[in-house]
Amino acid sequence: MSDIAIRVENLGKLYRLGPRERYQALRDTLTDAMAAPFHAIRNWARSSDGGQPSNDFLWALKDVSLEIKHGEAVGIIGRNGAGKSTLLKILSRITEPTEGFAEIHGRVGSLLEVGTGFHPELTGRENIYLNGAILGMKKTEIVHKFDEIVAFAEVEKFLDTPVKHYSSGMYVRLAFAVAAHLEPDILLVDEVLAVGDVAFQRKCLGKMQDVAGAGRTVLFVSHNLGSLANLCPRAVLLAQGEKRRDGVSNDVIAEYVALGSQEHGEVVWNDPATAPGNDKVRVRAVRVVSDGEVTAEVDIQREVRVEVEYWNFKPGARLCVSIHLLDKMGVPVFASANMDSANRTKDEWFNQPHPVGLFRSACTVPDNFLNEGMYSINAIVLTDVANIQVFAREAVSFIVHDTGAMRKEFGGAWIGVVRPKLAWQTQFVQSLNLRSSEEQTR
Amino acid sequence: MTQLTEGMTNSQGASSGSAHSAQPVILIRPSKGWVPFNLRDLWEYRELLYFLVWRDVKVRYKQTALGAAWAILQPCLTMIAFSVFFGRLAGIPSDGIPYPIFTFTALLPWQLFSHALIESSNSLVTNERLITKVYFPRLVIPMSAVLAGLVDFGIAFGVLVVMMFFFGIVPTTAILTLPFFILLAIATALAVGLWLSALNVQYRDVRYVIPFLTQFWLFATPIAYSSNLVPEPWRAWYGLNPMAGVVEGFRWALLGKTGGTPALLIVSTVIVGVLLISGLAYFRRMERTFADVV
Repeated sequence: MSDIAIRVENLGKLYRLGPRERYQALRDTLTDAMAAPFHAIRNWARSSDGGQPSNDFLWALKDVSLEIKHGEAVGIIGRNGAGKSTLLKILSRITEPTEGFAEIHGRVGSLLEVGTGFHPELTGRENIYLNGAILGMKKTEIVHKFDEIVAFAEVEKFLDTPVKHYSSGMYVRLAFAVAAHLEPDILLVDEVLAVGDVAFQRKCLGKMQDVAGAGRTVLFVSHNLGSLANLCPRAVLLAQGEKRRDGVSNDVIAEYVALGSQEHGEVVWNDPATAPGNDKVRVRAVRVVSDGEVTAEVDIQREVRVEVEYWNFKPGARLCVSIHLLDKMGVPVFASANMDSANRTKDEWFNQPHPVGLFRSACTVPDNFLNEGMYSINAIVLTDVANIQVFAREAVSFIVHDTGAMRKEFGGAWIGVVRPKLAWQTQFVQSLNLRSSEEQTR
Repeated sequence: MTQLTEGMTNSQGASSGSAHSAQPVILIRPSKGWVPFNLRDLWEYRELLYFLVWRDVKVRYKQTALGAAWAILQPCLTMIAFSVFFGRLAGIPSDGIPYPIFTFTALLPWQLFSHALIESSNSLVTNERLITKVYFPRLVIPMSAVLAGLVDFGIAFGVLVVMMFFFGIVPTTAILTLPFFILLAIATALAVGLWLSALNVQYRDVRYVIPFLTQFWLFATPIAYSSNLVPEPWRAWYGLNPMAGVVEGFRWALLGKTGGTPALLIVSTVIVGVLLISGLAYFRRMERTFADVV
């Protein structure tokens, strides 16, 4: 018996125009067909000077080879668009590779999302069965684990309530509970731990550790480097669809962090057709500005301005911008938005009808607030405050340098994800007459 | 150890090769051109099919005031309208059967078909989340949309039984062939549903074609009239509309009288077979891009 669980060889996936191919209207196909002879002539005429550029295509995954043994827990890290999700989707058989092949020995369960197939009109009980079946559990298996799932989700009282009446926390707990009781030989997990409150997240992590500890093979994609390092002794770093590093988690994470520091504090998408977003809004740029300059290196004593530039394509769209600031482990430090009630100043454009065009929103993070080390930023553009149109995950990262201005008195390690310079006052409240000293004087 | 409903073979139908112990081996590689139907994988996922049908049935009449009464109301109201306008006012002949039951017998498979057509053609798009997040044979989706219509069909069938009793119609031994015609109706709906659902992923035009298509098809099918109206040399060719065969088959099986001919029935059955197999092939061919395109 072979001890290989997953073997991947030269796997590649080519996407046409952006991460998702667009569906087309029949009309387009017809006009394409009509125009085809002319294109053929033009291409033939052009072929003398090098032929067609390959700009329209993107290798989301290229030439990736991997071997994972039974019982291994492997983390996959990389930035947005590095190919992590594409790899999981191919291994889960959701999408086909363009080249190469993969071989999986054992039963596979994949969790690319929590609560896939949940129906809001159905009750908690009904959704457990439905979701279980969708994730690949047999009915007998679901019946067998039903009580366990309900207990884990802590929703006993609401089992017969349609889930549309659930609070978002309950919803997510139930969804994760079903997923957590999936027991395949090989588990493919994508980011699903980023749900629920902190206590529940810890519970989820514990469950994942049990799975990894029980000798099952786990392939785990996460932005949360802390939990990833905890769960997986081995990690694989993907960059631009290619495998950059494969080895002991701590080393790979270090390389990933170092990879971030080569950034320029700015990311720009010049083409409105392929920039992150959709046909309503696309993000053109995200940058970090300090001391009037775009930079990835920030002095701890300086303000940091985070700028998000975006195109609005729909006249009259009511846009709102938000950022998440994450620490180097991917843990959110804070989230901020330009909403009136959450804004120290006033943003005249907040949720106002935006004409078509390019906009720039800036958020100022105070000086003497962040700790030293690396931070990264998620940029989000929403419509009507509630609907996320663009979510540029970890679009830019920057490093805060400790210049020693705050540590003239103290030289040791300064813990914390932030290091705010706060106001301190000490008062002498009252004098204390120590009885023992009184007695001594007597 | 617990099991997952994974197939032994992969979606591309590659063999399990050198299988290690009892573990299933899944091979993932790019597929090209036409691919096998892989009905075995579909069988492995029969429980999912059951749950999706169950979900569609459960959710269908949620938040409606009349609930499942719609399953009775829809064909009954159509029957009344047809009886008044076509039966009474236009005086369309009904093979010597009372017009209401003549048309209701035809509406039964028609409702199953038209409902399945509408639901299945949209099914892949409405289940986009499932398709982009979980693996299962995609055939399960249009199939569940078609099969969910069987519950409505069963309820309406009960109405028919009451009507037959009321009109004093005693079924002949031909009723034994009814299961075949029900199967033919489902196969027709599935065949058309497979084509349209796969096309709808790529071309959203389909959604605009459906209302027109169902209306046109309704009049091209002998529901308000009998196939007798079609002159004899052409009647067999009328079977090119598979629903003509289904409807006349239903009349024959339940009422013992039909305007259809054996030739018409054979043509319909062959057409359904061709549509179903080509639909399966087309669906399987397009399936690999569903998650990227939908």
